[in-house]
Amino acid sequence: MIHTDGLTKRLGGRTVVSDVTFRCEPGTVTGFLGPNGAGKTTTMRMLVGLSEPDSSHAQVLGGRYRDLPNPGRRVGILLDASAQHAGRRGREALAVSAHTMGVPAQRVDAVLELVGLDEAAARQRVGKYSLGMRQRLGLAHALLGDPEVLILDEPANGLDPEGMRWMRGLLRTFADRGGTVLLSSHLLAEVEAVADRMMIISSGRIRAQGSSAELLTESRTIVEADDLAGLDAALHRAGLPTHPADGDRRLVEAEPEVVARVAMSEGVVLRRLAPAEGAGLERLFFELTTSGTSTPSTRTDSIHLEPRGATA
Amino acid sequence: MTATTLVAPIRENTAGVHARPGLGRLVAVELRKMVDTRAGFWLQVAMVALTVVVVVVRLLVGDRADHTFQPVLDVGLQPSAVLLPILGILLVTSEWSQRSALVTFALVTVRSRVLGAKLIASLLRAVAMLAVSVAIVAVGVLVSSPGVEGTWSDAAPLIGQSAVNLTAGMVVGVALGAILLAPAPAIVLLLALPTSWFAVLSLPVFSDVAPWVDYARGLGQMTEYVMSATQWAQVGTSLVIWMVLPLLIGAWRVTRREVTA
Repeated sequence: MIHTDGLTKRLGGRTVVSDVTFRCEPGTVTGFLGPNGAGKTTTMRMLVGLSEPDSSHAQVLGGRYRDLPNPGRRVGILLDASAQHAGRRGREALAVSAHTMGVPAQRVDAVLELVGLDEAAARQRVGKYSLGMRQRLGLAHALLGDPEVLILDEPANGLDPEGMRWMRGLLRTFADRGGTVLLSSHLLAEVEAVADRMMIISSGRIRAQGSSAELLTESRTIVEADDLAGLDAALHRAGLPTHPADGDRRLVEAEPEVVARVAMSEGVVLRRLAPAEGAGLERLFFELTTSGTSTPSTRTDSIHLEPRGATA
Repeated sequence: MTATTLVAPIRENTAGVHARPGLGRLVAVELRKMVDTRAGFWLQVAMVALTVVVVVVRLLVGDRADHTFQPVLDVGLQPSAVLLPILGILLVTSEWSQRSALVTFALVTVRSRVLGAKLIASLLRAVAMLAVSVAIVAVGVLVSSPGVEGTWSDAAPLIGQSAVNLTAGMVVGVALGAILLAPAPAIVLLLALPTSWFAVLSLPVFSDVAPWVDYARGLGQMTEYVMSATQWAQVGTSLVIWMVLPLLIGAWRVTRREVTA
């Protein structure tokens, strides 16, 4: 379980993380999305006490991370896959940490096998590793202590499509067994398939968060009817915002099911009913993160985002 | 081997999950870190090899009557005296230059415990190196000049002083490393400091204070003769300035500095 309430960090006079509030529950995978430099890494560093927040503090497993007696056994962290001594062999890098947290040496071989680093790779010095191998070593390191919580910064970075599929399976299994996962990415596609919940951060602020179902649900509908006036009237009475679209169509800010019910109850025959294309999370992500300092647009509200902090 | 058997918050092995890693374990980890990297490993191989070389050379040249314990020890400790502080520097700075601090301080959140473990590990490594050097010197002396009068005079106090020499030198390395947190400037400072400080102290104005603040000379004399009480006091004051003070500043730096990814 991870919980923050108004986490804020200033660096060099600039607010890099501002009033960040979220909650990650056991059994869920939370995707932390945002462009590079949005504050994801700084937020994650504050979660694990490597960086001191200027206000508020993060809670991991019901207390501050630094108050955990043996944090490596409860929280697995991958913040930077390259943060290993280049002159140390892969297996030894894991063995040093296993030694520190009191994990038996066999566990090192087990996680190496799990992430697919073979004997030859384990004996190589980390300086010779490719980015993908470092990423796998980093994941092995995060899993080393058999933790309950995983905090992973850009774990898919450098993995090939097969590796990404493998990692998704791993995280899914971890969460299904009651683990809590927080993983960040600057690419929507990397987390979309595995995350139960998502948060989008840009310029240090959480712009949107909610369950993936909510965020991904198509909430705009293209509708066509012979009796356009009747349709407009019906939608107006139902209070659904409607915009004219190409041809004799209407773009309705509601889900197709809602529109269908309105049409049926008003006796309007529909010729076409379909989700609007190019909408959903991708558009939201793009809108929120490309304009830099922009505030959430009005459209954000139209796709049923939960208010910040009010998470289930 | 499947993910389900390994990735399990419902863990099979619960021993030690809520137990803070003890200082003994942290010291053992730091000793391990000194030898498990390429740089650390070869630095220590070099230390032993150079000790053998200088002892052999020292015993091959000069008068046989001159091959007593003290002059050979004086030479035989030089490789360790020069390289141990560098090992101390690397032990601290590599965490930052190689960014493994991210891992180290995530596993042990109380950073002063990590620094303390590094310090204790350094002391143990310096004492171990002393034992190796003394053994090499003793074997060399026994082989090359058995039965020379006064070979072993003052051996015990000289070994004791050598222990102070090597351990204090190594702690200076750890301290400089902790202040600068980068290997290159710390090593340059370590090597340049005694010489430049000596240049300043050789000004006539400083002739009275010089012995009290010159730690390099203070440590250097330890392998030459048995020191007087005054000389110990002088070494004490210079070590407060060049070892204790930097260590405190370094500890402050290490515990406060942001660990950036």
